[in-house]
Amino acid sequence: MTVPSRLIAEDIESYLNVHQHKSLLRFITCGSVDDGKSTLIGRLLYESHLVFEDHLEALEADSKTGTQGGELDFALLVDGLAAEREQGITIDVAYRFFSTEKRKFIVADTPGHEQYTRNMVTGASTAEAAVILIDARKGVLTQTRRHSYLVSLLGIGKIVVAVNKLDLVGYSRDVFDTIEAEYRDFAAQIGLTDIVCIPMSALRGDNITEPSQNTPWYHGPTLLGYLETVPVGQHAKDGPFRMPVQWVNRPGHDFRGFSGVVVGGRVRPGDRVRVVPSGQQSTVVRVVTMDDDLDEAVAEQSVTLTLADEIDVSRGDVLCAADSPAGSADQFEAHVVWMAENEMMPGRPYLLKLGARTVPVSLSRPKYRVDVNTLEHAAATTLALNEIGVCNLNLDRPIAFDPYAENRDMGGFVLIDRLTNATVGAGMLHFALRRSQNVHWQAIDVDKAAQAELKGHRPCVVWFTGLSGAGKSSIANLVEKRLHALGAHTTLLDGDNVRHGLNKDLGFTEADRVENIRRVGEVSRLMVNAGLVVLVSFISPFRSERRMARDMVDEGEFVEVFVDTPLDVAEQRDVKGLYRKARRGELTNFTGIDSPYEAPENPEIRIDTTVTVPEAAAEEIVNRLRDLGVLR
Amino acid sequence: MTDTLTHLQRLEAESIHIMREAVAESERPVMLYSIGKDSSVMLHLARKAFFPALPPFPLLHVDTTWKFKQMYEFRDKTAAELGIDLLVHQNPECVELGINPFTHGSATHTDMWKTQGLKQALDMHRFDLAFGGARRDEEKSRAKERVFSLRSAQHRWDPKQQRPELWRTYNVRRNPGETMRVFPLSNWTELDVWQYIHLEEIPIVPLYFGAPRPVVERDGALIMVDDDRLPLFDGEEPQLRSVRFRTLGCYPLSGAVESTADTLTAVIQEMLLTTTSERQGRVIDHDSAGSMEKKKQEGYF
Repeated sequence: MTVPSRLIAEDIESYLNVHQHKSLLRFITCGSVDDGKSTLIGRLLYESHLVFEDHLEALEADSKTGTQGGELDFALLVDGLAAEREQGITIDVAYRFFSTEKRKFIVADTPGHEQYTRNMVTGASTAEAAVILIDARKGVLTQTRRHSYLVSLLGIGKIVVAVNKLDLVGYSRDVFDTIEAEYRDFAAQIGLTDIVCIPMSALRGDNITEPSQNTPWYHGPTLLGYLETVPVGQHAKDGPFRMPVQWVNRPGHDFRGFSGVVVGGRVRPGDRVRVVPSGQQSTVVRVVTMDDDLDEAVAEQSVTLTLADEIDVSRGDVLCAADSPAGSADQFEAHVVWMAENEMMPGRPYLLKLGARTVPVSLSRPKYRVDVNTLEHAAATTLALNEIGVCNLNLDRPIAFDPYAENRDMGGFVLIDRLTNATVGAGMLHFALRRSQNVHWQAIDVDKAAQAELKGHRPCVVWFTGLSGAGKSSIANLVEKRLHALGAHTTLLDGDNVRHGLNKDLGFTEADRVENIRRVGEVSRLMVNAGLVVLVSFISPFRSERRMARDMVDEGEFVEVFVDTPLDVAEQRDVKGLYRKARRGELTNFTGIDSPYEAPENPEIRIDTTVTVPEAAAEEIVNRLRDLGVLR
Repeated sequence: MTDTLTHLQRLEAESIHIMREAVAESERPVMLYSIGKDSSVMLHLARKAFFPALPPFPLLHVDTTWKFKQMYEFRDKTAAELGIDLLVHQNPECVELGINPFTHGSATHTDMWKTQGLKQALDMHRFDLAFGGARRDEEKSRAKERVFSLRSAQHRWDPKQQRPELWRTYNVRRNPGETMRVFPLSNWTELDVWQYIHLEEIPIVPLYFGAPRPVVERDGALIMVDDDRLPLFDGEEPQLRSVRFRTLGCYPLSGAVESTADTLTAVIQEMLLTTTSERQGRVIDHDSAGSMEKKKQEGYF
């Protein structure tokens, strides 16, 4: 019987007391299956007595026929669980639990293959330490470098390099020393400094829990010894106080508290706090929990604070130490990890969630992409699945932040697709761009309302979308003539015309088409501000960009007209001969042929050109504009 | 306050964070309450998360009418004492047809009462987010599920469409009709739950403690004769044996274990020394290979 089970049997109260005061370490293991990762995790589960007897019996039986010559093959423990993968389900990261007498562990177990960069990043985002396995026979490989880079990128400070399978090289000190020297040299280049290298054999148990007699020259910690004693929770604790407000707690008139997790520093009653971004200040009165008010709350604790003053604080604001508040900005540079099958579209509006704040964001074309194998910076126009790059972010309002390197919770964010709501990326903020502090919105006295007053009608955007040859331009042209006759001030932006000037640097790739629409949306907005009825005739194939254009103007100022012509009809008309060219392969990225068209789901106006002639369509649109109050 | 939080303190803080986040980003949240130990812990954490306010959502018990009598008593007492709204939903179709595990089999019984009943209740009240007490260490398909688990408008779970979860930043956004199941106890283990119950003195159903109870031995399981609806086969004579339950469900489907452990510490001691897993006594998990995963995809919790 082992020590803990004796304690459980004989003195359960003492055992529970010990268990209750354990700390928790979350760590990540990296390295391919060939490096012995499964064996290592199986060994850790076994050493912490988490393997039930029936499983162990099965293991003993399986091992007899296994690859390890009858010795217990611990990889079978983990691989047995991993068989679930065969069901065709991609599990990007598996969390496994074990504990020793000193500490409890949550291991993020991530597959090591290159295509799983996003899984590594996901697993690493909650880890405080990383175990990087190296096969002693193979030394530092590309994969070792890739994993180390990702670990460094995510800001994991504590690294264990497990030089595994040392039994297969005769427990050679030279081999170990060479690998350690090479690794440290590489690690220094990517900013990893807190490294422990351990010679081990996960299979035979060398230096896992007990110092091995096979490596008398090694005087460092064992793997479990290290994992049990490495300091946890230090990262955020030393920084200044931060608490993103998750929830405003108002059970009645006599209580108003702000709930959240302390993600940096500590807080006590009497502390001065500042609300970011509003800048208002107050003093903490109580640190409320159901058990009792606390004298102090530290990082990682979920608490509720009450303040001395009735200041405006809502979800998404961050309570900060008054004398060292978080920054506030709306433009940043950041590392972005792309996690979706659909590539990142520079200029397309996504949502960014950081802490409890979700805001619209667009990303610039990447400044560069990082080749995770060579760590070289490569030019890029977009980011595909599992790619990492550095981009500028443009938010539509300022948020509170700290650089990721200083505080993970204040600088780590996810990106969300606005239509599918899928999580498509994650990122780490570096710093605010200076131009966001230097470029200010200039207030103009002659505003939109004043312009509209003079014009005698309300400004708006009438956005015609549909396939090439659907009849957009003909209808838009007729609409403009009628509006002109009615005395309305109009302008017409046509796709082809704009591409001759403003957008002549853009091609027809998905990324360029996004930028095409973004610019036209911006121009439309300026013209709406000038009081015009702006007719825009663009294929604008993607819902996201039409949504972006809609969001650029005020509510009620965007009228989407879907000129609905089936592809075969448009292709038959083929006014410009483009379909024939596209069919012959002389035109690529042609909407409807080899590039998708996403029809509007709820357009303000839908014109079916198979039953409606352009004159009737124009009449209908003008009538609708009258109904919508654009024309008086 | 010591400087390093214990693992239970960190788990508690994480669960509270998850609950607040879920409530902040949903219109009509609900907490599924199954009366078991995990539910008890989850409810306790919810009270902490929103203290001094009451949890801003009702409890929902999807009832099969076949739970243990003591569970019903405990449920009603708990809701009344805490002053929390309790909704009980019984699938009317099951009531009408008298669905039971004996004539209809455990699979149909569970599907009709629990899976279909749950979907009915969620639709009826238009809940857009439901808390559940599942843990990742409990069962393989649960280990694969995210903390925030998206369900389609038809309540289906698609393991391939799961969202990556980084840091403590959860994407709770949904399209119309889609709902979320949220598991605040994802990172807890069975021992953590017991330890927390011990530490926080959380009340649990007395059936978890060993006591003399009338049981029959059937297909290798000890089934408690909780009322006279249990058909006795030829030669079956209920015997009074000292038993307790590791998990609680419908009484004809919950196998008891022989035990005299009548204190919390004795129960924990027994749990730690056991060599079999927690769900071993559950009849429904053994219906077919991967059955839990299938049930989940169809909308079971």
